[in-house]
Amino acid sequence: MSYLIRNVSVLGGDPTDLVVRDGLIGGTPTGDEEVIDGTGLIALPGLVDLHTHLREPGREDAETVLTGSRAAALGGFTAVCAMANTTPVADTAGVVEQVWRLGREAGLVDVQPIGAVTVGLAGEQLAELGAMAESAARVRVFSDDGMCVHDPRLMRRALEYVKAFDGVIAQHAEEPRLTQGAQMHEGEVSARLGLTGWPSVAEEAIIARDVLLAEHTGARLHVCHVSTAGSVDIIRQAKARGVRVTAEVTPHHLLLTDEKAGGYDPVYKVNPPLRTQSDVDALRQGLTDGVIDIVATDHAPHAGHDKDCEWAYARPGMLGLETALGIVFSVLGPDWELIADRMSRTPARIAGLAEHGHTPADGAPATFTLFDPQARITVDPGALASLSSNTPYAGMELPGRVVATFLRGVRTAFDGKASQ
Amino acid sequence: MIKHLLSAADLDAPTATLIHDIAAEMATVAGREVKKLPTLRGRTVVNLFYEDSTRTRTSFEVAAKRLSADVVNFSAKGSSVEKGESLKDTAWTLQAMGADAVVIRHPASGAPNRLVNWVHGSVLNAGDGTHEHPTQALLDTYTMRSRLGTVAGLNVAIVGDVLHSRVARSNALLLHTLGAKVTLVGPPTLVPPVFETLTPDVRVGYDIDAVLPEADVVMMLRVQKERMNAAFFPSWHEYSRRYGLDAARVRRLPDHAIVMHPGPMNRGVEIAPDVADSPRSTIVEQVANGVSVRMACLYLLLGGRS
Ligand SMILES: [Zn+2]
Repeated sequence: MSYLIRNVSVLGGDPTDLVVRDGLIGGTPTGDEEVIDGTGLIALPGLVDLHTHLREPGREDAETVLTGSRAAALGGFTAVCAMANTTPVADTAGVVEQVWRLGREAGLVDVQPIGAVTVGLAGEQLAELGAMAESAARVRVFSDDGMCVHDPRLMRRALEYVKAFDGVIAQHAEEPRLTQGAQMHEGEVSARLGLTGWPSVAEEAIIARDVLLAEHTGARLHVCHVSTAGSVDIIRQAKARGVRVTAEVTPHHLLLTDEKAGGYDPVYKVNPPLRTQSDVDALRQGLTDGVIDIVATDHAPHAGHDKDCEWAYARPGMLGLETALGIVFSVLGPDWELIADRMSRTPARIAGLAEHGHTPADGAPATFTLFDPQARITVDPGALASLSSNTPYAGMELPGRVVATFLRGVRTAFDGKASQ
Repeated sequence: MIKHLLSAADLDAPTATLIHDIAAEMATVAGREVKKLPTLRGRTVVNLFYEDSTRTRTSFEVAAKRLSADVVNFSAKGSSVEKGESLKDTAWTLQAMGADAVVIRHPASGAPNRLVNWVHGSVLNAGDGTHEHPTQALLDTYTMRSRLGTVAGLNVAIVGDVLHSRVARSNALLLHTLGAKVTLVGPPTLVPPVFETLTPDVRVGYDIDAVLPEADVVMMLRVQKERMNAAFFPSWHEYSRRYGLDAARVRRLPDHAIVMHPGPMNRGVEIAPDVADSPRSTIVEQVANGVSVRMACLYLLLGGRS
């Protein structure tokens, strides 16, 4: 199938026509294309999510590679990096290849597995990082996400070891001894609610240590879901010194604060926790400045019974794929170059996904997203493509709407429906 | 009128005072030969207790029975709750039983806030995790009023493990509402400065001896051994020496000042035995007042006055 998209604005430029044929953009229309009216729409390079939990294998009641791929395509994503904290853990070539293959079979987005840093995420012994790198999944990003690689010696070795294949360690920064029993951000709200606090310093202490380790080893470090103003400062200073560090922020940390915990609804329970307004402000500034390189969703589906319970017993995490672009648009405004950088080009570069992050123009891969900035959507948890419904944005009106997503010339989502 | 009692912050001054007034009326019932009122006949009150707390459960049970309510004790021990039934499923069961009120004690902060989503009746928080225990604050302020004539204008020192104390939170909130001045006292590990944001005028102090000469009320909190293991303080001995209320410290108090403790006490740790048993101590009255105040709460929440 080929397409002719009329009058579309590429990254906010003057309206133009895009022909999609044989996986590429370009050429002259022959008349047998399906015509899409692009009037008022913005064409963006397909979004890339560096931080997605697809839950397969192990928790197929919460999400599968297929349902997560649908959610991704509907959210404008063309590639997602699947976190390793599945059951079994993605700590061998066998498991990462399984996830990679499931992604190919679903065929809606490129599912790029992330490999675990340590065996079983236990933080004790390095997983076979090289075997995962050489596997069909060609793993380049390694993370124990959900757990922090807290042993400094192990973290140092992991950073060094993956240099051999240009890998990167993505750290979930949480000093576990400072967050024992932690339920939410430590501050005024946790004091009032009687919930054990997760202090900002537990994140900042690990990031400070890790940028020093990255500096010492000359290796690449990526910091997952930065959530505090202090973390932004540490990363800013490290970058000024030339440390090879990149960082991500989630849509929810750009929008929501710890006040949301007030009713004890665990849909707002997430790790790292929602912080304060001054943290939100610093994260937004950091994202605009480029101290924070990318937005990543930390899409974390959970089955109903894992959220429909007491706050302390609920699992942390929230859905993100289908709402991310609207939130980032609401935060950054119609700066399409900036959005393309933070949500496509830079995450593609960090993950080593060469086919992604290209501006939709003649000769480029037809891997892009059409976004209607004039539309508004009201988030309906029941209408999401994800198997789970733990969105913190239920009933919220978000600006913009993903109209269509294309992956190598194949339309994967259109008008609110995934192609399979 | 309020439907649920989840937090002391749910109470404005007129409502709290009304509860105190009704409690005073209820207290006269306790002196009668027949200690029963027909007020809640035909209504069902469920005591849903996920923690062992015989004293609080018994207090609510006696209160409900004195108002002629049918009382169902649904304790976590030996029930389907222990077999891992979720709070939501349990709530649906209680709903099917026609519970008009559920009194819940739970180890997780905010469990009562969740419960209101799943039952139609009133929910009374009888202590949730390290969050709140609003009826305790009502009975403590009732006790202050009985002993000292008023709550407004009192200086109240709350001493001990404020961080983990639902009693401290509820009292700090209600005392503020009723016009008393609260000072939270303890080691900085257990009384972090952030507690100064709990109400507009609550203060935090680390020196109990500096606070006592101004105090009309000293409320001692129970300290738990597991806090020592988590490095909140070095030893029982040091805790007791720095923050325990002994006879020497009591002498620093004004003559009229009273000593309170929500129980159960660690005699010899946060409070010396002779202080606990002295005429200043209200500890036994607090227990008796608990029944009257809980009668008043059930009466008000279940629409006894309407
Ligand atoms: Zn994480």
